[in-house]
Amino acid sequence: MTMPFYVSPEQLMKDRADFARKGIARGRSVVALGFADGIAFATENPSRALHKVSEIYDRIAFAAVGKYNEFENLRVAGIRYADLRGYSYDRADVTARGLANAYAQTLGTAFTTESKPLEVELLVAEVGVDQDADQLYRISYDGSVAEERGVVAMGGSSEALATGLRAVWRPGLDLATVLQMACEALGEAQPRTTEQPEPAAAPAGGAAHAAATAGDVGTRPSIAPERLEVAILERHRHHRAFRRLTVAELAPLLGGPTA
Amino acid sequence: MFPAPRGAGLPPAYRAAGTSSFWEFAATQAPAVLPGGDLAREALASVPHATTIVALTFDGGVVIAGDRRATSGSMIAHHEIEKVFEADRYSAVGIAGSAGIALELVRLFQLELEHYEKIEGTLLSLDGKANRLGTMLRGNLGLAMQGLAVVPLFVGYDLARGAGRIFSYDVTGGRYEEHEHHSIGSGAVFARGALKKLWRSGLDAEGAVAVAVESLVDAAEDDSATGGPDALRGIWPIVTVVSGSGLRRVTDDELRTVAERVDSERGRRARAHRAARAAGSTVGLVAEGEDRS
Repeated sequence: MTMPFYVSPEQLMKDRADFARKGIARGRSVVALGFADGIAFATENPSRALHKVSEIYDRIAFAAVGKYNEFENLRVAGIRYADLRGYSYDRADVTARGLANAYAQTLGTAFTTESKPLEVELLVAEVGVDQDADQLYRISYDGSVAEERGVVAMGGSSEALATGLRAVWRPGLDLATVLQMACEALGEAQPRTTEQPEPAAAPAGGAAHAAATAGDVGTRPSIAPERLEVAILERHRHHRAFRRLTVAELAPLLGGPTA
Repeated sequence: MFPAPRGAGLPPAYRAAGTSSFWEFAATQAPAVLPGGDLAREALASVPHATTIVALTFDGGVVIAGDRRATSGSMIAHHEIEKVFEADRYSAVGIAGSAGIALELVRLFQLELEHYEKIEGTLLSLDGKANRLGTMLRGNLGLAMQGLAVVPLFVGYDLARGAGRIFSYDVTGGRYEEHEHHSIGSGAVFARGALKKLWRSGLDAEGAVAVAVESLVDAAEDDSATGGPDALRGIWPIVTVVSGSGLRRVTDDELRTVAERVDSERGRRARAHRAARAAGSTVGLVAEGEDRS
């Protein structure tokens, strides 16, 4: 009675990709920006406990968007991978590239063989001795890896966010400047589900990087420090370079330009 | 030995929910990397043994210190081995026993705490850390029975209580909380005598460091397996202060000052004794009394 439908591989992959993309787009974006003394990660996240950015190893951090249970699972797997590798060989032998490959294989396998692709997008970042040596690997739901320079944006409006940030980012900026950039960009790129009041009149400003549909370039960022999750990998910190910034540390940094 | 993820990415066990313990994870996934297993009895006689560790509390924290000598039988195997380690930001561990296994145990314990912190996003409680160390020690029981015993001394700042605490262990993993001060290793009896006389309540960090160094000097004087401060080669004990603001290793310069003070005090006393002996014993007691006042 029931006739098995023929679905072409192209259609199957496209359906899966659309499904994963939709899931990822629902979440809030994460941005990572290199600065003179490290790499900064920022995302809008009202939760103090459910993190999107976390520590993997001495100089390696992990950031993710998408389904929490799926990326949390991958985060723990990454910590186990890194700790076991570092314990078996040496701490210096744990690299972001190795971890990014492991993640890529995992996501790629899930994308092609499992009933549902993982609805996540990951970032594995390693802080180097100088800004040129920083490594940022962005891993998509289908297992494809992209190495980025300086700027990474993931999640809902990642394309617009990345374009906007790349237009203003340059090497050698200080932490306060990149955090203000990140905060402003995240504020502009509020996802559709946001409950923030939309500005009535949008004076488009003519800026090339106007991100969201209601992008209001001229005004201050709408995200309060309490709603931001910010962490940094500090270049010159010995041993474990990862550190979260508290609201108390964040407020003065976002307060105004220090340069 | 190390199951590197190949082809299919991270193995399913890596993604299994459940444990925040690195030790338990490694035991199932890569048991070969963990210390343990069988060693030939013949090899045991020449295993170097590490020695005196002292710990004492002060107002707002705890100090742990260890000498730098490792011995193998009657030979000195190493002049500047380190036996006191940072376990995490708020705790430190000192070790006595078979050096190789002790160092491996410390490395595993450090990783165990870091692994838990990274996965859970929070530090283990001090009691949790102390219990964990006991469990790991029990894992070494097989080797301990063959003579490769390891005995740690664990100290930490209890963030909940706002005080420094000391835990001692036996080879079977038994955990005992010590109050005020404690010492382990072959020079422990001599160090304990010094600690009993010198420790007092209301010590500050600086005072506690001085007491720790002086008790190590006492141990080094009477125990051949404990090395004293060596000004000639610049080898000083490892002294670590753990308090609410974290863990701090006392610098060599500070230790030089403390050790020199202890030295000059002893030198003065010894000279007074010699002078007294030359002048006759009755006068000697008076001379020493004057000298010390």
